[in-house]
Amino acid sequence: MNCSAVRVRISGQVQGVGFRPFVYNLACRLGLRGEVANSPAGVELVIEGDESGLTRFQQLLWDELPPMALIEQLNSEPVPLSYFDSFKILPSAKGEVSITATPDAAVCPDCLAELFNPSDRRYLYPFINCTNCGPRYSLIKALPYDRTNTTMSAFDLCTACLSEYNDPADRRFHAQPNACPDCGPGLSFTDEKGHFVKTGELHDESLIAAATLIRAGKIVAVKGVGGFHLICDARNADAVVRLRQQKQRPDKPFALLGLNTESLNTVVQLDDNRRQRLQAQDAPVLLCPWQKETSLDTENRDLIASGLNWCGVMLPHSPLHFLLLHQLCGRPEASDWLESEQQPLLVMTSANRSGNPLITDNQQALIELRGIADGFLLHNRDIHIRCDDSVVNGLSDSMPIVRRGRGLAPQVIQLPQSGPSVLATGAFFKNTICVTKGDKAYVSQYIGDLDNPDCCHSLSEMVNHLIQLLDVVPQQVVCDQHPDFFSSLFARQFAERHDLPLQSVQHHHAHIAAVMAEHQLSGAVLGLALDGLGLGDCDQLWGGELLRVDGRGTERTGRLSSLLLPGGDKAAAEPWRVAAGMLYQSGQSDEIDKRFHYAGVATVKQMLNQHINCPQTSSAGRLFDGVAALLGLCSINSYEAQAAMQLESAALSYVEQYGWPECEPLLSAGVATDVAADSSTIDSADMTLTELNLATLLTTLSEIEDPLYGAALFHRQFIDGLGCWVFDTVQASGINRVVLAGGCFLNQLLLRGLTEQLELNGIEVFSAGKIPCNDGGISLGQAQVALQLSLPANRQNSNY
Amino acid sequence: MAHGSGGKAMAQLIDELFLQAFSNPWLDKMNDQACFSLPAGRVVMATDSHVISPLFFPGGDIGSLSVHGTVNDVAMSGAVPKYLSAGFILEEGFALSSLKQLVESMAHAAEAAGVAIVTGDTKVVERGKGDGCFITTTGVGVVPEGLNISGDQVAVGDKILVSGTLGDHGVAIMSLREGLSFETTIESDSQSLQDLVAAMVEVVPDISCMRDPTRGGLAATLNEIAQSAGVGMQIYEAQIPVKPQVSAACEFLGLDPLYVANEGKLIAFCPADQAEQLLAVMREHPKGRDAAIIGDVTEDSLKFVQMETTFGGKRMVDWINGEQLPRIC
Ligand SMILES: [Fe+3]
Ligand SMILES: [Mg+2]
Ligand SMILES: [Zn+2]
Ligand SMILES: [Zn+2]
Repeated sequence: MNCSAVRVRISGQVQGVGFRPFVYNLACRLGLRGEVANSPAGVELVIEGDESGLTRFQQLLWDELPPMALIEQLNSEPVPLSYFDSFKILPSAKGEVSITATPDAAVCPDCLAELFNPSDRRYLYPFINCTNCGPRYSLIKALPYDRTNTTMSAFDLCTACLSEYNDPADRRFHAQPNACPDCGPGLSFTDEKGHFVKTGELHDESLIAAATLIRAGKIVAVKGVGGFHLICDARNADAVVRLRQQKQRPDKPFALLGLNTESLNTVVQLDDNRRQRLQAQDAPVLLCPWQKETSLDTENRDLIASGLNWCGVMLPHSPLHFLLLHQLCGRPEASDWLESEQQPLLVMTSANRSGNPLITDNQQALIELRGIADGFLLHNRDIHIRCDDSVVNGLSDSMPIVRRGRGLAPQVIQLPQSGPSVLATGAFFKNTICVTKGDKAYVSQYIGDLDNPDCCHSLSEMVNHLIQLLDVVPQQVVCDQHPDFFSSLFARQFAERHDLPLQSVQHHHAHIAAVMAEHQLSGAVLGLALDGLGLGDCDQLWGGELLRVDGRGTERTGRLSSLLLPGGDKAAAEPWRVAAGMLYQSGQSDEIDKRFHYAGVATVKQMLNQHINCPQTSSAGRLFDGVAALLGLCSINSYEAQAAMQLESAALSYVEQYGWPECEPLLSAGVATDVAADSSTIDSADMTLTELNLATLLTTLSEIEDPLYGAALFHRQFIDGLGCWVFDTVQASGINRVVLAGGCFLNQLLLRGLTEQLELNGIEVFSAGKIPCNDGGISLGQAQVALQLSLPANRQNSNY
Repeated sequence: MAHGSGGKAMAQLIDELFLQAFSNPWLDKMNDQACFSLPAGRVVMATDSHVISPLFFPGGDIGSLSVHGTVNDVAMSGAVPKYLSAGFILEEGFALSSLKQLVESMAHAAEAAGVAIVTGDTKVVERGKGDGCFITTTGVGVVPEGLNISGDQVAVGDKILVSGTLGDHGVAIMSLREGLSFETTIESDSQSLQDLVAAMVEVVPDISCMRDPTRGGLAATLNEIAQSAGVGMQIYEAQIPVKPQVSAACEFLGLDPLYVANEGKLIAFCPADQAEQLLAVMREHPKGRDAAIIGDVTEDSLKFVQMETTFGGKRMVDWINGEQLPRIC
């Protein structure tokens, strides 16, 4: 037989995901010989055998890849024969492990089958997992990813588990969280006062207790993979009302948990695309349109996502959640029930008091959730790294990520360039941090809003954790331009303490750079940032900007015309104030107190008249808020972006029923008049600052009676107006690549509409996909800008 | 009020005005300095320049304010304020009648605070180079035996107290300046606190630190102390006294009362086991009637000042560089 040998080097997410046993089993199946080992870059293997076997091997390597593995790069080269007599997995030596930490993954089909197989030794065991599934990132204290470096180190493997762990042919070979009822973690249940409920068969009794409470319309705190959830019966209106009251969360939508896509399809519209996304291993919350006729009462529907025509849904992501549903379904036997439609539908919301980080610790849960939860379903596998549920927008085919958390963190982004390690500390809301190593950026999970002290502590811990995990020493620090964010303060202190250079990056520049990083764009682009608020040059409040961005920096070429914010930040919480500013600007001050009957309305009028604490802004986010209030859709935000979401929802409803409203263009772009305060960071600036004038549109909207029509008209006009404006700027600048960035692009009508428009005109359009388009992506953008600016000058022909 | 030639007569007039209003054995000697002896103890000195528009406001004027500000700075060390100096910068054209009113108000304030204005100076600047009237005062006082009150004395476990409602002064000034009308007139809390302090240190000499939360309000003051003492602080929104009308005005205007200036309130830190006693003394005193224990000094590597909101959430009460910039993203 004609034998030959190849060496294959693979990088990517290939450690701790059962990659070596997969290779071992594949080689054995094909009768090939050789060896495989972990390497600093990933995995390296040498394989010998006949030509056809080798070809087949390299084919099946891709086809049968373990579910959690991700190959980024694969190089193979012929090598001389070593005449191996078998195939071996070599143990990994220290220093041979790559830096990749793998995200947590939902339970795999094999484990699920075992979970409900009465003859399996892990029958109904809530902590079943294997190399293809289970917790990862949330357990990791340090790398290399070994059991001793995880919170599983508290449990000694029993003989049976140990032999699985050591057997290369086993699905649990080197599965670090491997466990069974004899040796692994267990469940417990306490009542609302934190008293342990005495139980015989612990797992069963705890689950029964939790299910009993849920059935009775109570609220149960359940410790999941990345933190605690509060769970109640979504079909019980009283229970949902109580949860809202207890959590002091009047309107913010809740996510729903159903056993399978069949069950969820009775409430939201699931096409194949959405089904697949729900069933992926990151098991995110997916935003989907409500069914026209849902199996939920209308009352409950409104309680869950008031004013919105979509809802977040998710499938169980851990064996524990399957077992809870199993109880609620009346403990059906065999496994048919898993495939068929089931009645139980649960509200599943992260367990924390408003604004505080997700709770991960049993003791903390018992204290902080006292008075909210009626019972606690606990376990003793510690959560080291907090991870909220990830959120994905299923309203659009591209399914962009809204929030990166469990299953998606840590995220590795391949950057368009390499450079010295950067630490980027993000913005204020939805904070994430980012650390780069070489040409890769590691973006942390969603940390939270930095008006909360615990989230600030989390940020500080996350920096240490990520640096340690990646084993890097940052060479520079980068933060937002706003001096008062904790992230900026932290960056200043970190840079001082470690004697590192610090730079700040303008908020919207960072938004655009994040998309550029994700798509590996270098060279010049035109960026349209439609966002909430970010501090621009000269302390201006930006948020609707056209920026020219390249490796050397940014130049502002256009902006939305100004809105007024009576009361500053207060206007973000109370969209009626923005609407009052719009009415004032269009000479309709009289209308203000006719439309809005809040206690402060007289003062707000006076503030507008006398320019007291009424900063100007070009923010698109505030535009959406103000229009929603102007149309009477939402005057006060009880959660972030409520008004904007209700405006989008109203437009969707109108368009679905009647199509887009037709009307002559109400927006026009022109040269901005008051440009004195505007500055640029590129000295070759010869473009004029343009402005998209909103006045006519806003006056028209203020006279519209039907809010749904108004919402649709606003969207149509805004999209068309932006389209023309951007097109003109493309023409003038000769830059044909446009990046759409900023939180407003969570609005799928806007994103889709504008993308279509621009593409029709032959413009190349890029938007966020892997990284949220909102402030969750800022840290990546900051890192990207810092890296580019740190490149040697000759590679940029600039004077930086 | 005239400047330059012909101003000489005017200067004399002003001097007489001061002499009359502030009359005391030191000033009456008409030397270029005041010569006095002080009781035993450590001597405390503080100075403050007062610039405020408008000069007259509900609850006070720049005259009384310039006495209260410096008297309070001296008193925050636990000292008994004794003597003041006063320097005036007057703008050409400033009405003599207004000046007379201010000076009389200063004299009253000094008398009430038990201090003598023993030396002073006046300059008149050209029209347009001043805002009517600026007053700089310097105060001297003596700390009684056994007191050691200072920012670095603050320790983990201490309780945090305030002597009364917050934000009155800043909101009163802003309302007047901008011509904002609210249902009830909000008055400045401008007052001297030396008598309240004396009562407090007599009963609880172990007070760690006192401050008057003037510019930047409670938030700035707590952050300053947290930084200098290397501790964290936890305050409770529900415990912080704010007048309903001040709270409503702040709500309308988009201001946070924790960041608004006060001119007649103090913050005190003391060991937890003496906090109730201190609170009782404060509440007995007319200037501390609304006093409250508002929080605790905590251990915190990041030296955060944080607040538990009335909804049970937590919020940073953070440091702000200069003016409050909107930051909602
Ligand atoms: Fe933003
Ligand atoms: Mg002072
Ligand atoms: Zn599995
Ligand atoms: Zn075991």
